[in-house]
Amino acid sequence: MSDYLIQQIVNGLSLGSLYALVAIGFSLIYGVIRLVNFAHGDLLMIGAFMTFGLVASDLVPWAAIPLLVLAGGFLAGGLIERVAFRSISGAPMITGFIVTLSASVAIQNLALIFLGSQPRNFNFPEVFRMRLSIGGADVALIDLVIPVVTLLCALALTTFIRKTRAGIAIRAVAENPFAAQLMGISIGRLVFLVFAVGGALAALAGLFWSGKYGQINPLMGFLPGLKAFVATIIGGVGSLPGAIIGGYILGFSEIAFVGFLPPEYSGYRDAFVFGLLILILLVRPQGLFGEAEQERA
Amino acid sequence: MKMPALSPLQAFFLLVAVMAGLVFAVTASGNGYFETFAALTLINVMLAVSLTMTNGFTGMFSLGHPAFMTLGAYVTILFTYPVGRKGFAMPALPEIIAQIHLPLPVAALVGGLFAALMGWLIGRLVVHLQTHYLAVATLGLIIVVQTFALNLDGLTRGGRGITGIPREATLSLIGVCTVLVIVLCWRIKHASLGRAMLAVRENEMAARCFGIEAFRVKLLAFILGAGIAGFCGALLPHVVSVMSPKTFGLILAFNLIAIIVVGGQGSIMGAILAAVFISVGSESLRRVEESTGVYGVTQVIVAVALISFLLVRPKGLFGLKEPFIRTS
Amino acid sequence: MLRVEDLHVTRGRTKVLDGIDLTVETGEIATLIGANGAGKTTMLMALSGLLPVASGRLELNTPDGPLDIARTGPVDLVRAGIVHCPEGRQIFGRLTIEENLQLGAYLSDDRAGVARAVAGIYDRFPILGERRAMKAGNLSGGEQMMLAIGRALVAEPKLLLLDEPSLGLAPQITEEIFGFLEELNREHGVTMLIVEQNAMLALELADRAFVLETGHVVLNGTGKELLDDPAVFEAYLGVG
Repeated sequence: MSDYLIQQIVNGLSLGSLYALVAIGFSLIYGVIRLVNFAHGDLLMIGAFMTFGLVASDLVPWAAIPLLVLAGGFLAGGLIERVAFRSISGAPMITGFIVTLSASVAIQNLALIFLGSQPRNFNFPEVFRMRLSIGGADVALIDLVIPVVTLLCALALTTFIRKTRAGIAIRAVAENPFAAQLMGISIGRLVFLVFAVGGALAALAGLFWSGKYGQINPLMGFLPGLKAFVATIIGGVGSLPGAIIGGYILGFSEIAFVGFLPPEYSGYRDAFVFGLLILILLVRPQGLFGEAEQERA
Repeated sequence: MKMPALSPLQAFFLLVAVMAGLVFAVTASGNGYFETFAALTLINVMLAVSLTMTNGFTGMFSLGHPAFMTLGAYVTILFTYPVGRKGFAMPALPEIIAQIHLPLPVAALVGGLFAALMGWLIGRLVVHLQTHYLAVATLGLIIVVQTFALNLDGLTRGGRGITGIPREATLSLIGVCTVLVIVLCWRIKHASLGRAMLAVRENEMAARCFGIEAFRVKLLAFILGAGIAGFCGALLPHVVSVMSPKTFGLILAFNLIAIIVVGGQGSIMGAILAAVFISVGSESLRRVEESTGVYGVTQVIVAVALISFLLVRPKGLFGLKEPFIRTS
Repeated sequence: MLRVEDLHVTRGRTKVLDGIDLTVETGEIATLIGANGAGKTTMLMALSGLLPVASGRLELNTPDGPLDIARTGPVDLVRAGIVHCPEGRQIFGRLTIEENLQLGAYLSDDRAGVARAVAGIYDRFPILGERRAMKAGNLSGGEQMMLAIGRALVAEPKLLLLDEPSLGLAPQITEEIFGFLEELNREHGVTMLIVEQNAMLALELADRAFVLETGHVVLNGTGKELLDDPAVFEAYLGVG
């Protein structure tokens, strides 16, 4: 294998992992309450800024930073649910939609106010800036750490959903909220839980994103968030394995588009992603693993 | 107390009179700031009214207006930019077009038609999608259009933006267009096409059972909205004289949604009042931002106000109703 | 066990229940019969806290004294022992049979007790035990009904609310289900309130019966009394 190919594969794995981490949250939330949380991408930005603050303040050992970012993302995701979503639960879908869109705009602009509009450069701890040589290819260590951690998270989450009482309850609510209530399941608490877990993973993606690209700004979450939603659609909205595989499919196609076409096309990569979205929606709107859903009134 | 209701004809004359008075008063004041602000507010009114038709009447949730505005704007500028400077600013422009100069009303119609054509091409693919898919697809469309505008720099000057666009969009021209757009959407709402749209919004299945071709009705609403958006997008750079790929983006899409939600997602009167109210409100807040140097407050306030408004009045100001005017 | 006085419930702008009085004693099977739209399902929804009560008293006797149902949320009502087995079974088709039964005891922290209860259901309905790892959506209608009742029983109900247990089932299977309900009541003393359109079946089983018409209780008595009442026979038991 040529070293260029190895490099592109590693890039695809790493980018795909980031999309997968964000897509999981979209899929969890949609699965439970049939809502696309537009503010979800902004949790990536929040995670990135938390990382930046923790690294810059130098208060905690670097190994503790991911745990703190996960915890912070958990709280931030839950807070979005409490503040924006809880108030309108039971309202028509379009209202929920507008509310999460409003929440996203509010979060981005609050970040602009308090964090400033200037992009910040980022120095990740020394260990992660190391580069390795694999089969002659020069690869950044972080691009290998990202997929490993992502797969560990995916594994942990899948076990949680499959085996634990809360996990079974989440699947029950996703299928039939009315019957779930009759079991004594408190839907509000589970909705909080899925927003929070999704938030934790998106914040972790933000940590990786900042480490990988070395620059952060208050609006950085929106586009990756939207692309992660495209990944969710590719995999089938509401399906957990779908979100993960969709993330990797999108990551690899984007890297392939940039890496194997003449360089003058690389400016069109975002257009390519959304072109892909429209194609998927035409060919298989329920995605790879989604179940075709009846139209709801 | 009940307000006396006007007949549609009386309302039309009242609208024309108010518009003429406004245009005359602002123009006579000779205050450039007021003139620009009034022009932008009227463009917002047109956008809001057309989105009320596309989304409100049919129940679709398109965020794509800014994409069509961008398309309409760039196409129009190709015909209105001073011929002498086109060769330098837009080297990729074919010689035939580079020689043509059209007056703004004609060029803007071309831009609007181009946007409508794109609306037809894209609408055929997306209007059947369910709410959240349509929203994401149209958000994606904004990004696709922006990406092309950024990369086709032989026509658009890319990220540097086009400056020195002739300020041909006078307030009186915009005033006339606003009246026309309002009348058009009003006529549609109260004709059989509008009733078909409203039927699709209430219950698509049932509408189909009555022989309404839901797909065609939605597509038509999408195309009309795209055309009007393209036309508005064409006018705006000729007010402010600059245009760049990011001029019309997500924030605009969000603000338009805010306006039609406040207006009632289906009420033309509501959309007009909400557009004026939100334009005036955010302009005043923007001046506060400028004087304090804290940017972003306006958007936060609009977003929080919208959430609170939805809690108190989920159906907006008027719902589907048109207050003060007899409609039957 | 259960005492309802002058219960009013509205849904949207419609008065669905307009002054209901009803009692169910411990160990009894009570039944609520009546035409479509009489308010039977609404009654059960109000009892399990899924619909707000406009006015009236709803009291459940518990070891800790009377519980005001109208002021208790659905979660705490399940905890207090009111378990609702809904119309149309509503099992979780994408979950396994085992998971469905586990969810019945969602609120219990006594995992060993839950395992015993689930094993008890498998003993009674071996078919469920054999297919425990199968998705519940693959079961037949009758098996799904067994699962739905089993799921409710795992919660150890003090008062079991059953909404149309015969709906969509073959007569033979309906009889089997009703036989099981009778066995539950006689041998395990489970108190039940059953809503049924198949009035004959319900009245034969019930100790106490209430006839609901447009939000009012128009008749009540023992199951046998109502079976013998010519008016009831005409309205609810006649052919056609």
